[in-house]
Amino acid sequence: MATWNTILLQDSASPLMEQLSFFHNHALLILFMITVLVGYLMGTLFFNQFNYRFLLDGQTIEIIWTILPAVTLIFIALPSLRLLYLLDEVNNPLVTIKTIGHQWYWSYEYSDFMNFEFDSYMIPLTEMKPQNFRLLDVDNRVIVPFNSQIRMMVTAADVIHSWTIPAFSVKIDATPGRLNQISFLINRTGLFYGQCSEICGANHSFMPITVESISPSFFTKWISKMNNL
Amino acid sequence: MPAALKSTDVLQTAPFDPRFPNTNQTRYCYQSFLDFHRCQKVKGADYKPCDYFKKAYNSLCPNAWIERWNDQLEGGNFPGSV
Ligand SMILES: [Cu+2]
Repeated sequence: MATWNTILLQDSASPLMEQLSFFHNHALLILFMITVLVGYLMGTLFFNQFNYRFLLDGQTIEIIWTILPAVTLIFIALPSLRLLYLLDEVNNPLVTIKTIGHQWYWSYEYSDFMNFEFDSYMIPLTEMKPQNFRLLDVDNRVIVPFNSQIRMMVTAADVIHSWTIPAFSVKIDATPGRLNQISFLINRTGLFYGQCSEICGANHSFMPITVESISPSFFTKWISKMNNL
Repeated sequence: MPAALKSTDVLQTAPFDPRFPNTNQTRYCYQSFLDFHRCQKVKGADYKPCDYFKKAYNSLCPNAWIERWNDQLEGGNFPGSV
Protein backbone atom coordinates (compact mmCIF):
# COMPACT_ATOMS: atom_id res chain seq x y z
CA MET A 1 0.00 0.00 0.00
CA ALA A 2 1.28 3.45 -0.80
CA THR A 3 1.70 5.45 2.39
CA TRP A 4 3.37 8.79 3.00
CA ASN A 5 6.54 6.91 3.84
CA THR A 6 7.01 6.04 0.17
CA ILE A 7 7.86 9.61 -0.77
CA LEU A 8 10.98 9.38 1.41
CA LEU A 9 14.04 7.18 1.28
CA GLN A 10 13.66 3.75 2.85
CA ASP A 11 14.94 3.18 6.36
CA SER A 12 18.60 2.39 6.12
CA ALA A 13 19.91 -1.03 7.08
CA SER A 14 23.58 -0.39 6.39
CA PRO A 15 26.07 2.28 7.51
CA LEU A 16 26.54 3.52 3.95
CA MET A 17 22.83 3.98 3.38
CA GLU A 18 22.68 5.90 6.63
CA GLN A 19 25.38 8.24 5.33
CA LEU A 20 23.52 8.59 2.03
CA SER A 21 20.34 9.52 3.88
CA PHE A 22 22.23 12.16 5.84
CA PHE A 23 23.66 13.55 2.63
CA HIS A 24 20.25 13.57 0.99
CA ASN A 25 18.80 15.55 3.89
CA HIS A 26 21.76 17.92 3.90
CA ALA A 27 21.41 18.65 0.17
CA LEU A 28 17.66 19.04 0.50
CA LEU A 29 18.11 21.56 3.33
CA ILE A 30 20.42 23.66 1.14
CA LEU A 31 17.92 23.45 -1.74
CA PHE A 32 15.18 24.60 0.59
CA MET A 33 17.20 27.59 1.81
CA ILE A 34 18.02 28.64 -1.78
CA THR A 35 14.37 28.34 -2.80
CA VAL A 36 13.21 30.45 0.11
CA LEU A 37 15.88 33.11 -0.47
CA VAL A 38 15.25 33.38 -4.23
CA GLY A 39 11.48 33.28 -3.70
CA TYR A 40 11.67 36.07 -1.16
CA LEU A 41 13.90 38.22 -3.42
CA MET A 42 11.63 37.74 -6.42
CA GLY A 43 8.56 38.50 -4.34
CA THR A 44 9.97 41.73 -3.01
CA LEU A 45 11.20 42.78 -6.47
CA PHE A 46 7.72 42.30 -7.90
CA PHE A 47 5.99 44.37 -5.32
CA ASN A 48 8.37 47.16 -4.29
CA GLN A 49 7.94 50.65 -5.67
CA PHE A 50 11.58 51.80 -5.68
CA ASN A 51 13.05 52.49 -9.09
CA TYR A 52 16.16 54.15 -10.46
CA ARG A 53 16.32 54.43 -14.24
CA PHE A 54 20.10 54.96 -14.51
CA LEU A 55 21.15 51.92 -12.44
CA LEU A 56 23.57 49.89 -14.64
CA ASP A 57 25.80 47.85 -12.33
CA GLY A 58 26.71 47.22 -8.72
CA GLN A 59 30.14 45.62 -8.44
CA THR A 60 29.94 44.75 -4.76
CA ILE A 61 26.65 42.90 -4.85
CA GLU A 62 27.64 41.08 -8.05
CA ILE A 63 30.84 39.80 -6.45
CA ILE A 64 28.89 38.62 -3.44
CA TRP A 65 26.22 36.79 -5.41
CA THR A 66 28.82 35.09 -7.59
CA ILE A 67 31.00 33.87 -4.72
CA LEU A 68 28.19 32.78 -2.41
CA PRO A 69 26.74 30.12 -4.76
CA ALA A 70 30.26 28.79 -5.36
CA VAL A 71 30.73 28.36 -1.62
CA THR A 72 27.34 26.67 -1.40
CA LEU A 73 28.37 24.24 -4.13
CA ILE A 74 31.53 23.34 -2.22
CA PHE A 75 29.40 22.45 0.79
CA ILE A 76 27.50 19.99 -1.41
CA ALA A 77 30.45 18.72 -3.47
CA LEU A 78 32.80 17.77 -0.65
CA PRO A 79 30.43 15.45 1.26
CA SER A 80 29.30 14.06 -2.07
CA LEU A 81 32.84 13.14 -3.12
CA ARG A 82 33.55 11.67 0.29
CA LEU A 83 30.55 9.38 -0.08
CA LEU A 84 31.41 8.50 -3.65
CA TYR A 85 34.80 7.15 -2.63
CA LEU A 86 33.41 5.54 0.51
CA LEU A 87 30.91 3.58 -1.59
CA ASP A 88 33.71 2.28 -3.83
CA GLU A 89 35.73 0.96 -0.93
CA VAL A 90 36.06 -2.81 -0.96
CA ASN A 91 36.54 -4.12 2.54
CA ASN A 92 37.74 -7.60 3.23
CA PRO A 93 34.65 -9.68 2.50
CA LEU A 94 33.53 -12.59 4.64
CA VAL A 95 31.21 -14.23 2.14
CA THR A 96 30.81 -13.97 -1.59
CA ILE A 97 27.39 -14.49 -3.07
CA LYS A 98 26.91 -14.67 -6.81
CA THR A 99 23.71 -13.58 -8.43
CA ILE A 100 22.76 -14.05 -12.05
CA GLY A 101 19.92 -12.19 -13.67
CA HIS A 102 17.71 -14.17 -16.00
CA GLN A 103 14.57 -13.38 -17.93
CA TRP A 104 12.78 -13.18 -15.49
CA TYR A 105 14.17 -14.33 -12.19
CA TRP A 106 17.36 -14.12 -10.19
CA SER A 107 19.48 -17.13 -9.39
CA TYR A 108 21.97 -17.26 -6.55
CA GLU A 109 25.13 -19.27 -6.05
CA TYR A 110 26.98 -19.79 -2.78
CA SER A 111 30.32 -21.37 -3.64
CA ASP A 112 32.63 -20.34 -0.78
CA PHE A 113 31.87 -23.51 1.12
CA MET A 114 30.53 -26.44 -0.80
CA ASN A 115 28.59 -25.17 -3.76
CA PHE A 116 24.89 -24.73 -4.04
CA GLU A 117 22.61 -22.62 -6.13
CA PHE A 118 18.93 -21.85 -6.32
CA ASP A 119 16.50 -19.78 -8.33
CA SER A 120 14.42 -17.04 -6.81
CA TYR A 121 11.03 -16.48 -8.41
CA MET A 122 8.38 -13.97 -7.43
CA ILE A 123 5.37 -15.43 -5.65
CA PRO A 124 2.49 -14.95 -8.10
CA LEU A 125 -0.69 -13.21 -6.96
CA THR A 126 -2.65 -16.46 -7.02
CA GLU A 127 -0.30 -18.17 -4.55
CA MET A 128 0.23 -15.24 -2.22
CA LYS A 129 -0.25 -15.75 1.51
CA PRO A 130 -1.77 -12.95 3.62
CA GLN A 131 1.63 -11.95 5.02
CA ASN A 132 3.31 -11.65 1.61
CA PHE A 133 4.00 -8.38 -0.11
CA ARG A 134 2.47 -8.18 -3.55
CA LEU A 135 5.11 -8.27 -6.34
CA LEU A 136 7.95 -8.27 -3.79
CA ASP A 137 8.11 -11.64 -2.09
CA VAL A 138 9.96 -14.56 -3.64
CA ASP A 139 9.92 -18.31 -3.12
CA ASN A 140 13.62 -18.62 -2.22
CA ARG A 141 15.16 -15.67 -0.40
CA VAL A 142 18.80 -14.70 -0.38
CA ILE A 143 20.02 -15.53 3.10
CA VAL A 144 22.74 -13.21 4.32
CA PRO A 145 24.50 -12.81 7.70
CA PHE A 146 24.26 -9.41 9.34
CA ASN A 147 27.26 -7.51 10.76
CA SER A 148 29.47 -9.11 8.14
CA GLN A 149 30.98 -7.73 4.99
CA ILE A 150 29.17 -9.30 2.01
CA ARG A 151 30.49 -9.30 -1.52
CA MET A 152 27.95 -9.70 -4.30
CA MET A 153 29.14 -10.78 -7.72
CA VAL A 154 26.50 -9.71 -10.20
CA THR A 155 26.10 -10.82 -13.78
CA ALA A 156 23.36 -11.79 -16.20
CA ALA A 157 22.69 -14.66 -18.55
CA ASP A 158 20.62 -13.00 -21.25
CA VAL A 159 19.97 -9.24 -21.16
CA ILE A 160 21.01 -6.47 -18.77
CA HIS A 161 19.27 -6.54 -15.40
CA SER A 162 20.03 -4.58 -12.25
CA TRP A 163 20.29 -5.96 -8.73
CA THR A 164 18.90 -3.49 -6.23
CA ILE A 165 18.28 -3.20 -2.51
CA PRO A 166 17.57 0.43 -1.59
CA ALA A 167 17.92 -0.18 2.16
CA PHE A 168 21.58 -1.19 1.68
CA SER A 169 22.30 1.48 -0.94
CA VAL A 170 22.94 -1.24 -3.49
CA LYS A 171 22.14 -0.88 -7.15
CA ILE A 172 24.35 -2.50 -9.71
CA ASP A 173 23.84 -3.57 -13.29
CA ALA A 174 23.93 -7.25 -14.15
CA THR A 175 25.56 -7.33 -17.54
CA PRO A 176 26.02 -10.52 -19.60
CA GLY A 177 29.68 -11.45 -19.94
CA ARG A 178 30.80 -9.12 -17.19
CA LEU A 179 31.15 -9.65 -13.46
CA ASN A 180 30.34 -6.68 -11.30
CA GLN A 181 31.22 -6.55 -7.64
CA ILE A 182 29.55 -4.66 -4.85
CA SER A 183 30.01 -5.00 -1.12
CA PHE A 184 27.75 -4.07 1.75
CA LEU A 185 27.26 -4.61 5.44
CA ILE A 186 23.84 -5.07 7.01
CA ASN A 187 23.53 -3.88 10.57
CA ARG A 188 20.33 -5.64 11.57
CA THR A 189 18.16 -8.63 10.87
CA GLY A 190 15.06 -8.50 8.76
CA LEU A 191 13.61 -8.79 5.29
CA PHE A 192 14.71 -6.33 2.65
CA TYR A 193 13.15 -5.87 -0.74
CA GLY A 194 14.25 -4.62 -4.11
CA GLN A 195 13.26 -4.87 -7.72
CA CYS A 196 15.12 -5.35 -10.97
CA SER A 197 16.11 -1.84 -12.03
CA GLU A 198 17.07 -2.20 -15.65
CA ILE A 199 14.23 -2.66 -18.06
CA CYS A 200 14.74 -6.23 -19.25
CA GLY A 201 11.60 -7.36 -21.03
CA ALA A 202 7.98 -8.32 -20.49
CA ASN A 203 8.28 -9.46 -16.88
CA HIS A 204 10.78 -6.86 -15.73
CA SER A 205 8.40 -5.83 -12.95
CA PHE A 206 8.02 -9.38 -11.73
CA MET A 207 11.57 -10.34 -10.76
CA PRO A 208 11.97 -8.87 -7.27
CA ILE A 209 14.83 -9.44 -4.84
CA THR A 210 14.19 -10.48 -1.25
CA VAL A 211 17.08 -10.52 1.18
CA GLU A 212 16.70 -12.22 4.54
CA SER A 213 19.26 -10.98 7.02
CA ILE A 214 19.95 -13.40 9.87
CA SER A 215 22.59 -13.77 12.55
CA PRO A 216 25.95 -15.18 11.41
CA SER A 217 25.64 -18.29 13.59
CA PHE A 218 22.30 -19.15 12.00
CA PHE A 219 23.81 -18.42 8.64
CA THR A 220 26.54 -21.03 9.15
CA LYS A 221 23.87 -23.49 10.24
CA TRP A 222 21.82 -22.70 7.14
CA ILE A 223 24.89 -23.14 4.94
CA SER A 224 25.67 -26.58 6.32
CA LYS A 225 22.02 -27.58 6.02
CA MET A 226 21.88 -26.48 2.40
CA ASN A 227 25.07 -28.39 1.68
CA ASN A 228 23.55 -31.57 3.05
CA LEU A 229 20.46 -31.34 0.88
CA MET B 1 33.22 -9.96 13.91
CA PRO B 2 31.12 -12.37 16.00
CA ALA B 3 33.11 -15.07 17.78
CA ALA B 4 31.00 -17.78 16.14
CA LEU B 5 32.48 -16.91 12.78
CA LYS B 6 36.08 -16.70 13.88
CA SER B 7 35.95 -20.18 15.37
CA THR B 8 34.83 -21.82 12.14
CA ASP B 9 37.09 -21.84 9.15
CA VAL B 10 34.05 -22.52 6.98
CA LEU B 11 33.49 -18.88 6.14
CA GLN B 12 36.34 -17.83 3.90
CA THR B 13 36.30 -16.23 0.53
CA ALA B 14 38.63 -14.84 -2.11
CA PRO B 15 40.26 -11.74 -0.62
CA PHE B 16 40.40 -8.26 -2.11
CA ASP B 17 43.02 -8.29 -4.85
CA PRO B 18 44.81 -4.98 -5.54
CA ARG B 19 45.31 -6.03 -9.17
CA PHE B 20 41.56 -5.69 -9.60
CA PRO B 21 40.45 -2.65 -7.63
CA ASN B 22 37.45 -1.86 -9.81
CA THR B 23 33.80 -2.80 -9.84
CA ASN B 24 34.51 -4.98 -12.87
CA GLN B 25 35.85 -8.26 -11.49
CA THR B 26 35.59 -10.31 -14.69
CA ARG B 27 39.36 -10.44 -14.94
CA TYR B 28 39.86 -11.55 -11.32
CA CYS B 29 37.61 -14.55 -11.96
CA TYR B 30 39.23 -15.45 -15.30
CA GLN B 31 42.78 -14.92 -14.05
CA SER B 32 42.15 -17.17 -11.05
CA PHE B 33 40.84 -19.89 -13.34
CA LEU B 34 43.87 -19.52 -15.58
CA ASP B 35 46.28 -19.43 -12.62
CA PHE B 36 44.83 -22.66 -11.25
CA HIS B 37 45.42 -24.54 -14.48
CA ARG B 38 48.86 -23.01 -15.00
CA CYS B 39 49.76 -23.93 -11.43
CA GLN B 40 48.62 -27.51 -11.98
CA LYS B 41 50.50 -27.72 -15.24
CA VAL B 42 53.75 -26.69 -13.57
CA LYS B 43 53.40 -28.35 -10.17
CA GLY B 44 51.30 -31.38 -10.99
CA ALA B 45 47.68 -32.20 -10.31
CA ASP B 46 47.98 -32.98 -6.60
CA TYR B 47 49.97 -29.95 -5.48
CA LYS B 48 47.89 -28.56 -2.59
CA PRO B 49 48.70 -24.78 -2.84
CA CYS B 50 47.08 -24.67 -6.29
CA ASP B 51 43.73 -25.10 -4.57
CA TYR B 52 43.94 -21.47 -3.46
CA PHE B 53 43.16 -20.41 -7.03
CA LYS B 54 40.47 -23.03 -7.35
CA LYS B 55 38.75 -21.68 -4.24
CA ALA B 56 39.09 -18.17 -5.61
CA TYR B 57 37.56 -18.85 -9.00
CA ASN B 58 34.84 -21.00 -7.48
CA SER B 59 33.90 -18.13 -5.17
CA LEU B 60 33.97 -15.50 -7.90
CA CYS B 61 32.96 -17.02 -11.21
CA PRO B 62 29.37 -17.91 -12.09
CA ASN B 63 29.09 -21.71 -12.24
CA ALA B 64 27.94 -21.52 -15.86
CA TRP B 65 31.20 -19.84 -16.84
CA ILE B 66 33.31 -22.45 -15.05
CA GLU B 67 31.35 -25.24 -16.74
CA ARG B 68 31.83 -23.69 -20.16
CA TRP B 69 35.56 -23.21 -19.63
CA ASN B 70 35.97 -26.77 -18.39
CA ASP B 71 34.14 -28.03 -21.46
CA GLN B 72 36.45 -25.96 -23.64
CA LEU B 73 39.52 -27.30 -21.84
CA GLU B 74 38.31 -30.83 -22.47
CA GLY B 75 37.48 -30.09 -26.07
CA GLY B 76 40.84 -28.40 -26.59
CA ASN B 77 39.32 -25.12 -27.71
CA PHE B 78 39.92 -23.04 -24.57
CA PRO B 79 41.02 -19.60 -25.80
CA GLY B 80 43.44 -18.82 -22.95
CA SER B 81 47.02 -20.10 -22.87
CA VAL B 82 47.29 -22.44 -19.92
CU1 LIG C 1 15.50 -7.78 -15.02
